[in-house]
Amino acid sequence: MEKEHTHIVKYKTYVFVLIALLFMTFASVAITSINLGPYTVSAALLLASIKSILVLLIFMHLKFDKKFYSLMVGGVLLLFACVIFITFLDYLYR
Amino acid sequence: MNKPAHIDEHRDDEGAKTGMWIFIFTELILFGGLFIVYSVYRYLNPAAFHLAAEELDTFIGTVNTVILLVSSMTIAMSISAIQYKNKKLTLILMSVTILLAAVFMVNKYFEWSGKISHGIYPGSPTLMEASQGEILFFGLYYAMTGLHAIHIIIGVAFIAYVMVLVAKDEIQHDNFVILENSGLYWHLVDLIWIFLFPLFYLIT
Amino acid sequence: MSDTVIQNHEPNYLEYKGRYKGIFAWIFSTDHKRIGLLYLYSMLVLFSIAAILGLLMKIELIAPGRTIMDAQTYNSFFTLHGITMIFLIVVPGLPAVFGNFFLPLMIGAKDVAFPKLNLLSWWIYILGAAIALSAQFFGDGPPDTGWTFYAPYSFRTGTNMLPAVTGAFILGFSSIATGINFIVTMHRMRAPGMDWMKMPLFPWALYGTSWIQVLATPIVGVTLLMIVLERTMQIGFFDPALGGDPILYQHLFWIYSHPAVYIMILPAMGVISEIIPTFARKTIFGYKAIVISTLAIAFVGYFVWGHHMFTSGMSGTALYTFSILTFLVAIPSAIKIFNWVATLHKASIDIQTPFLWALCFLFVFMIGGLSGMVLGALSANVHLHDTAFVVAHFHFIVFGGTGYAFFGALHYWYPKMFGRMYDKGWANIGLAIFFTGFNTLYLPMFYLGMIGMPRRYYDYVEEFHGPNIVSSFGAMLMISGLVIIITNLVRSARKGEIAEADPWKSKTLEWTVASPPPLENFAEIPVVTKRPYDYE
Repeated sequence: MEKEHTHIVKYKTYVFVLIALLFMTFASVAITSINLGPYTVSAALLLASIKSILVLLIFMHLKFDKKFYSLMVGGVLLLFACVIFITFLDYLYR
Repeated sequence: MNKPAHIDEHRDDEGAKTGMWIFIFTELILFGGLFIVYSVYRYLNPAAFHLAAEELDTFIGTVNTVILLVSSMTIAMSISAIQYKNKKLTLILMSVTILLAAVFMVNKYFEWSGKISHGIYPGSPTLMEASQGEILFFGLYYAMTGLHAIHIIIGVAFIAYVMVLVAKDEIQHDNFVILENSGLYWHLVDLIWIFLFPLFYLIT
Repeated sequence: MSDTVIQNHEPNYLEYKGRYKGIFAWIFSTDHKRIGLLYLYSMLVLFSIAAILGLLMKIELIAPGRTIMDAQTYNSFFTLHGITMIFLIVVPGLPAVFGNFFLPLMIGAKDVAFPKLNLLSWWIYILGAAIALSAQFFGDGPPDTGWTFYAPYSFRTGTNMLPAVTGAFILGFSSIATGINFIVTMHRMRAPGMDWMKMPLFPWALYGTSWIQVLATPIVGVTLLMIVLERTMQIGFFDPALGGDPILYQHLFWIYSHPAVYIMILPAMGVISEIIPTFARKTIFGYKAIVISTLAIAFVGYFVWGHHMFTSGMSGTALYTFSILTFLVAIPSAIKIFNWVATLHKASIDIQTPFLWALCFLFVFMIGGLSGMVLGALSANVHLHDTAFVVAHFHFIVFGGTGYAFFGALHYWYPKMFGRMYDKGWANIGLAIFFTGFNTLYLPMFYLGMIGMPRRYYDYVEEFHGPNIVSSFGAMLMISGLVIIITNLVRSARKGEIAEADPWKSKTLEWTVASPPPLENFAEIPVVTKRPYDYE
């Protein structure tokens, strides 16, 4: 059996990531409670995207795994983005 | 099978993980369908969605977000713990994850029953008098958080099963791909919530 | 690779005695070959039912007015015909039967990556089929929405929709499980030396297909779930009365169901890419172009779903985009046609039944594809939408493409699967009758559509009578051809001549093992050094 799980993530790394995630959660709550008009949603979604990237990279080990996994995740997200984009070609211009 | 050498016994950790990832993609796309519906209706009814979201309690939403993020960390840590050959810590971290999931569900229960006691549920007379945008918002709210809750339950069952395996020493420091996969599943649940939270609770 | 290893001491997979006996040795077997045959037998039964429904519909259409059934029966017949053919036969068909059986053999593996999951996916398939078909017998009458379950009719109709929708939802899991299994198998279990560019083209086609299965099926899953919720709990998703948009349902449905067309056709193209070089006794022309076009079809195929909705009221921008993308996706399909034809150029062709099926495939697939171009053009589509022209078009693609490839594959791999050879004379006669019937049945429908006959009606005006008679006669001819073909195959499984390991002198790995293959496929995992179609 080839050794493929040699990397062990330190507990400390996880704690730091959690702190960052919590910080961004509270930041998004704070941002949306002040009225930024149309930017509110974009700010909240931007923070959510950064959070999910952190979860994917560290918690889900994409950073430590083979590049192949990141490639697949990127491909799937790209595909989904294209589907949403094309759907909105209908709704934006109807 | 009589012959022990049959392919059933073949072990391929990397393959198992690849399979789990692909399964996670299917789950992401499953929720993706609902996200498409959400974004279209939100685009068509911005004011009503704004109004309806004010009915939701941001505080409970935030608490549940924190709970899920912490539980995500504990399950991730349990993988390191098993690699350090610390069985006891592994089990503790996994129990904490399950416990947090239970708290999440209790919060969810109170949140839903609060809404229902106010007469806001699909097909209710109160909701039928509201604007169409609000009907859509609450329909999506129940469907998406409900589907998410089902995934929480599946995740808890999966982690509990893996805990039994850890307790029986069937999962050890050199053979923990099932633990890793249950962790991946749990992070998926977390990932979805990361987007559900701002879309339902924070768009006021 | 020509030195054939005959393992006489090793029991073949048909004779192997495991822990279970009788039928249980099959339905609990995790052997990919037995699972492939389980799918084959289940599909044969379902296909016969659905084909008979189709025949009955054509008999109804032989004359205007009520002939043998009333309007509501006709509605439920085309619904059941569609659900069965699409969800139970052509979508899972080639991957589940021939993918299961031959993918491991062709890449030099002992089984798929997750044999138990593989068995589970068959059980889910049976469960889904049973639930979907039960809709016919319980509740308030059989469903009458067509296989597309369009909202808002699908939650307004009083008929028994829930089991049909739930069944289709469950079948999605079976499809996903197979997809995951195949992708991991191809990533992890190729024989040493077989890098991606040495993999045969049928596995390549399955690779593209599996990704579509995995990434598109969940969309239809969640959409059907929404229909269920809408029907049972009055959650507004697509009901205009509750603010929903029925066109959004069509979007979601076709985001899956258009890629599903490529789930049907890609493996068919893979089969043809195996048959043609074998009988042309030549390397396939442009291996890389076929691989790239397979992946291109899989990818671009995601973004053309709107061409099913040209008359639904989408925005102009969406219409143009979908029309352009539809024309684009035809390019990789055409590339493959040119590759196959170029392979035949100056080849010393060995004309055998599978090769004839492949030739017929090329003929009908081109008619199907070119009529698709007519429908992909916006102006023509407005005229032809929901007419018999569309029905003719997709039967040429789905039946003419996937169906011909399925029978081609069956005749090609039959000696490997059962260790016996069918009667070639009867096989060719059956094909000739079937092919004549097929064209007599569907070609008049192009004409009928152009002069305005709508689909899904049990009745029509007198002007359409003539072509309908021809078409219905074609249906009977086609079914008699099918009966000959299937009888021949069933009969030969017991009584046919014993087949040798490599009856077609083919070069891919599955022909290096005995016929039928031993339980473990390869006594020793082969080391691959050559390209798959190394005939010169």
